[in-house]
Amino acid sequence: MDSCNCIEPQWPPDDLLMKYQYISDFFIALAYFSIPLELIYFVKKSAVFPYRWVLVQFGAFIVLCGATHLINLWTFTMHTRTVAMVMTTAKVFTAVVSCATALMLVHIIPDLLSVKTRELFLKNKAAELDREMGLIRTQEETGRHVRMLTHEIRSTLDRHTILKTTLVELGRTLALEECALWMPTRTGLELQLSYTLRQQNPVGYTVPIHLPVINQVFSSSHAVKISPKCPVARIRPAGKYMPGEVVAVRVPLLHLSNFQINDWPELSTKRYALMVLMLPSDSARQWHVHELELVEVVADQVTKFVALRLLHMFQISMLLKALDLYICIMNQVAVALSHAAILEESMRARDLLMEQNVALDLARREAETAIRARNDFLAVMNHEMRTPMHAIIALSSLLQETELTPEQRLMVETILKSSNLLSTLINDVLDLSRLEDGSLQLDLGTFNLFAVFREVLNLIKPIASVKKLHVSLNLAPDLPEYAIGDEKRLMQTILNVVGNAVKFSKQGSISITAFVAKSELLRDSRTPEFFPVPSDNHFYLRVQVKDSGVGISPQDIPKLFTKFAQTQSTATRNSGGSGLGLAICKRFVNLMEGHIWIESEGLGKGCTAIFMVKLGIPERLNEPKLPFMPKVPTNHGPTAFPGLKVLVMDENGVSRMVTKGLLVHLGCDVTMVSSSEECLRVVSHEHKVVFMDVCVPGMDGYEVAIHINEKFTKRHERPIIVALTGNTDKVTKENCMRVGMDGIILKPVSLDKMRSVLSDLLEHRVLFEAI
Amino acid sequence: MLGLDADRLRADLNRLLAFLFHQGILDEQYLQLQQLQDESSPNFVSEVVNIYFHESEKLLRNLRSSLMDREFSDYDKMGIHLNQFIGSSSSIGAKRVRNVCVAFRAASDQYNRAGCLRALELLEHEYCILKNKLHELFQIEQQRLLAAGVRYPMLN
Repeated sequence: MDSCNCIEPQWPPDDLLMKYQYISDFFIALAYFSIPLELIYFVKKSAVFPYRWVLVQFGAFIVLCGATHLINLWTFTMHTRTVAMVMTTAKVFTAVVSCATALMLVHIIPDLLSVKTRELFLKNKAAELDREMGLIRTQEETGRHVRMLTHEIRSTLDRHTILKTTLVELGRTLALEECALWMPTRTGLELQLSYTLRQQNPVGYTVPIHLPVINQVFSSSHAVKISPKCPVARIRPAGKYMPGEVVAVRVPLLHLSNFQINDWPELSTKRYALMVLMLPSDSARQWHVHELELVEVVADQVTKFVALRLLHMFQISMLLKALDLYICIMNQVAVALSHAAILEESMRARDLLMEQNVALDLARREAETAIRARNDFLAVMNHEMRTPMHAIIALSSLLQETELTPEQRLMVETILKSSNLLSTLINDVLDLSRLEDGSLQLDLGTFNLFAVFREVLNLIKPIASVKKLHVSLNLAPDLPEYAIGDEKRLMQTILNVVGNAVKFSKQGSISITAFVAKSELLRDSRTPEFFPVPSDNHFYLRVQVKDSGVGISPQDIPKLFTKFAQTQSTATRNSGGSGLGLAICKRFVNLMEGHIWIESEGLGKGCTAIFMVKLGIPERLNEPKLPFMPKVPTNHGPTAFPGLKVLVMDENGVSRMVTKGLLVHLGCDVTMVSSSEECLRVVSHEHKVVFMDVCVPGMDGYEVAIHINEKFTKRHERPIIVALTGNTDKVTKENCMRVGMDGIILKPVSLDKMRSVLSDLLEHRVLFEAI
Repeated sequence: MLGLDADRLRADLNRLLAFLFHQGILDEQYLQLQQLQDESSPNFVSEVVNIYFHESEKLLRNLRSSLMDREFSDYDKMGIHLNQFIGSSSSIGAKRVRNVCVAFRAASDQYNRAGCLRALELLEHEYCILKNKLHELFQIEQQRLLAAGVRYPMLN
């Protein structure tokens, strides 16, 4: 056996202990080899590992240890020397590395330990921060609740709602078991349970207000922890194992009476309510400071907002009342001002009126004095002036009758002329002044109208013939011979007008026309303000005096009737005249309810003076000149005119028949003729009325009328001539008037019209037109 | 029996008269003529109307012959005739005929031959209407009087 160089193991190979050693070594080697594998695996997995080289070292140590134990496996049996050598090498290396590692670890292990402490520290810190954040969050939530609560309070008005809401919110925020509000009673001696959170209808518990605990709460503005056993907190059903902590806080109450108008209400009133808050029982919760603060704030807020609300309402209502009052006052002020203004105005007006009165009085007295002076003057002058005037005129005219030399005659004539003028002037002045007074009255009487005209003509004829003027007078046939009026003044007027015509004409002719004015003609467009009203007892006399003299320019026409105004033409100056004549005429005409005006187309074209006056128609009964018919009563019986002989002239068979029919129906005795010759042949004094158709544009009808007029010279024998015509234009009317017809009837004629026409004609003998 | 007829005829008469008035063919003058008719002159209206017809026809013939004449120039004479026509028409209350005559006269015053011809045609037309209506009127009247037992002379 020496030659194999083997080494014998120390132990017998089949010893039990050897076997166990063998197995253990095997497993040790295995473990030792797997540990670095694991280490590598996990280090590779990890992101950061600062001690790599330590790991390598340690890995090497382990590997070597594993290798040693592995090699050791071969030493249990007979093994060669090589194995033993390898084993020894391995062991040596292992020893080296492990000593190195051991030395290394001495440095490394404290570091590792310190890392571990830091880690622990950080973890603690993190836990602490978490805790704090939780706290802050809780606080913030409670703050939000408070805000919500105050918002709720602010948005409601009702105190009860506010309080209830407060309790609810507080309960929710703080997770209270119970929350109660004790209000002081009216008497102020007790606190009554008014609101609770859990119980819907709290029974009216009361506690006296002067309990020490309550005083304690009321005297502090903070929330005070109170015992759960005190009466205000004993509102929960008993039987709880461990009641939670209770806190009470005062809630200051305010009333309107606390408000002063000027001051902000003080909160230092003595009325408080008590708010009791109870934490849930059987919990370890405690009142934290922030919770207490919250409670205090809420308690304060509640009251404040209720108070503010009330205050606002109060203020607003006061403001509104003040505004109303203000407006009222302003209105009153405005009214008062306006009254004052009116009053002042009226005072001023009154003063003014008084002044005016005084002035008027003075003026009146002056006027009266003036009038009296004038009247005195007139009275004196009337007599004093007329007498010598009269004497002069009389004696001058007498002187004229005596024997005189031509020069003397001339002188006397001049004297006479001048004194006549003067006399006229005096009369005019006196008359005018009396007219203006209104003291002139017309002397009414029945007079002969024709005579007046003839007189005027006679008076004017000498002068006219001297001037070689031709004067013609046309009196309308329907003009009544007698009239009622002021004869003298009428004559004066006519004379004045005619005299003017003569005065202002150097050559040519003067025509005077007088006729009765009819209703249509009365309303002249030139005299729109003159509205004559014809009636049964009066008629309007219209006189037109046309001359071919110098005429008047249109702008002078209005001045003609003004006193003392004369036209500027030199021709008139020579003829003298006071300028009063027309003014006086106008006065007279106005007195006679008439109108006077002058028309002229201009200088050199002559002028026409026209006036209308109202004259009365005298009664007929004492008039012997009227023939036959007493006044026929206008009854409307069919035979209104029995036996009246009538002549009808009409070329037209039909209308002739109709007219005849009408007249026969009225009871007349009708003779019909169809031509003018026949008419003239037949007409006699027996016929009272002649109806003549003048429809023809020819002159037949008119000629007949003229012939009839000529045939019957005496007026009373002549029959009444009436024209029957289809048109009533001016030409026809004028023609009829011109030829002396008594009337016009427009065809067609109705029965009533014929009846009324006949009655008018027979009654008045004057009817110019019947439409 | 007779009485009922008379009433019916009177109603017819009134209706016709109303129609004529409404159309403007007759106016109140016709009523005036009727008023003039009484026991003393029972045929007054018919007599007047007959005369009217005679004269009108003569007049219309005259007018037509004058206007048909080419060298017609005597408008004045025509004016005179027309005046007569107007007069007689208004006397019996023939309103429409009268109005046409007035227009005719206006045309004649202006020497407007064409206008006169037109007016003449219109006039003849209106006259025809009038004549027919008046005949109708008289027939009803006659029947009414017969029915009422009054003798009435026949119209020509």
